[in-house]
Amino acid sequence: MFARGLRPLSAVTVALLVGAFALVFFYAPNDADQGFIQKIFYLHVPLAIVALCGFLAGGWFGVRYLRTRDRAHDLRAYVAIHLSLILAVAALVTGSIWAKAAWGHWWVWDEPTLVSFLIVFLLYACYQPLRFSIEDPERQARTASVFAIVAGAFVPLNFTAVRLAESFSHPRVLSATGGSMPGDMRITFLVALAAMACLFMTLWKYELTSKQASMQLRALKRRLAADDDPWVPARRSAAPQQL
Amino acid sequence: MRRAVSALVRKDLRVELRTGEAVPAMLLFSISTFVLFHFALDRRSVDGQLAAGVLWVTLLFAAVLAMGRLFVAEREQGGFDGFLMAPVDRTALLVAKAAVLLCFLVAVELAAVPAFAILLLGPSPWAVLPQLCAVLALADVGVAVVGTLVGALGIQTRTRELIVPILALPLMIPVAIAAARATAPLLVEAGAGGLPGRWLAVLALYDLVFGLLAYAVFDYLLDD
Repeated sequence: MFARGLRPLSAVTVALLVGAFALVFFYAPNDADQGFIQKIFYLHVPLAIVALCGFLAGGWFGVRYLRTRDRAHDLRAYVAIHLSLILAVAALVTGSIWAKAAWGHWWVWDEPTLVSFLIVFLLYACYQPLRFSIEDPERQARTASVFAIVAGAFVPLNFTAVRLAESFSHPRVLSATGGSMPGDMRITFLVALAAMACLFMTLWKYELTSKQASMQLRALKRRLAADDDPWVPARRSAAPQQL
Repeated sequence: MRRAVSALVRKDLRVELRTGEAVPAMLLFSISTFVLFHFALDRRSVDGQLAAGVLWVTLLFAAVLAMGRLFVAEREQGGFDGFLMAPVDRTALLVAKAAVLLCFLVAVELAAVPAFAILLLGPSPWAVLPQLCAVLALADVGVAVVGTLVGALGIQTRTRELIVPILALPLMIPVAIAAARATAPLLVEAGAGGLPGRWLAVLALYDLVFGLLAYAVFDYLLDD
């Protein structure tokens, strides 16, 4: 169900990632102020953008689940948020490294984008504990979907509030005027963003396929087990256990 | 709808009056926190942004206490089943619980804000009382709506007392930002400044967004 088109997608992802890093190292010029360290930007910003989109996608699948009550949507939401959390950690770490190199501090509070991102990350970090502490699968899926929708709506609100509170100092990469990037930097950035988006899609589909396969395996094992066999339940997990 | 809401609100307020569970605890918590801030900051009095921050952190943390308790009686004593069997709109429960939480917050603030003024606040808040009340009211509505949502999410879990605070605090950060920034100029030692309109607008936007959101998703949190 989830594995369709996985092979070409994987190939495209590998090609784009290799291409993006080749462009980053051999094509994009060094930044005049910051030098080589500025190249972390081609990793940090796509990570952050893709993670935010993944969070919002989680909210979208939450809506779909509540509308249709199809467990597959809950699984999609779970995997999207789970992957986005991992990307978000990477974005925070790379952001921190960049801040240390560029401004001399690991963390800069007058960076509205970074601060908002941290708040959003803290909120979504509750997603796994929330799921984990609900045993009934139907209620778990329902509650998690409501959470995903609320958190998804919180993202733009939070960015607005923090942006108002802090001064403007983060480089606006995707502003209406296209920021202040020269053309070769912008092409590199767009390729890196596309590569990261493809990487997310690929990992998302692999994870969905793997989860579905292990669910099928568990169902088969259960059918094979004789009635007097003690059924060994799966290790407790926050992930959806059945479709 | 209106009758159902008023019945639910009266029930909860009566339970609160008879047991005194939430409001006294929130009030004690607030006053203890003011004392803690006095020692932690080593200040006899605070003003400006610091005063606003102390006040709002205390009030928001106190609100988290009430959020965790909001649906406990419904879950433990079958109130959800009774409500779901009654032929009323499910939104009535959301409106009623948000109203109850709002009442708790107002009751706590009626005592906690004067206590703050006596214990910690440098400048007198009398002159800016109407503006302060406006900020408190706008922020309380938002906290009440978010708190009802978080309480209803938390009551579904086995670890309510852990989930409610970690969910509520990030969700309330915009309230903390806007309310503290709006309150800060009111509490300046040198004389109160004007009320910054854009922070009130942020609070109003927050109330509106979460009000609509809670209205849209609350039904799904009740068991079918």
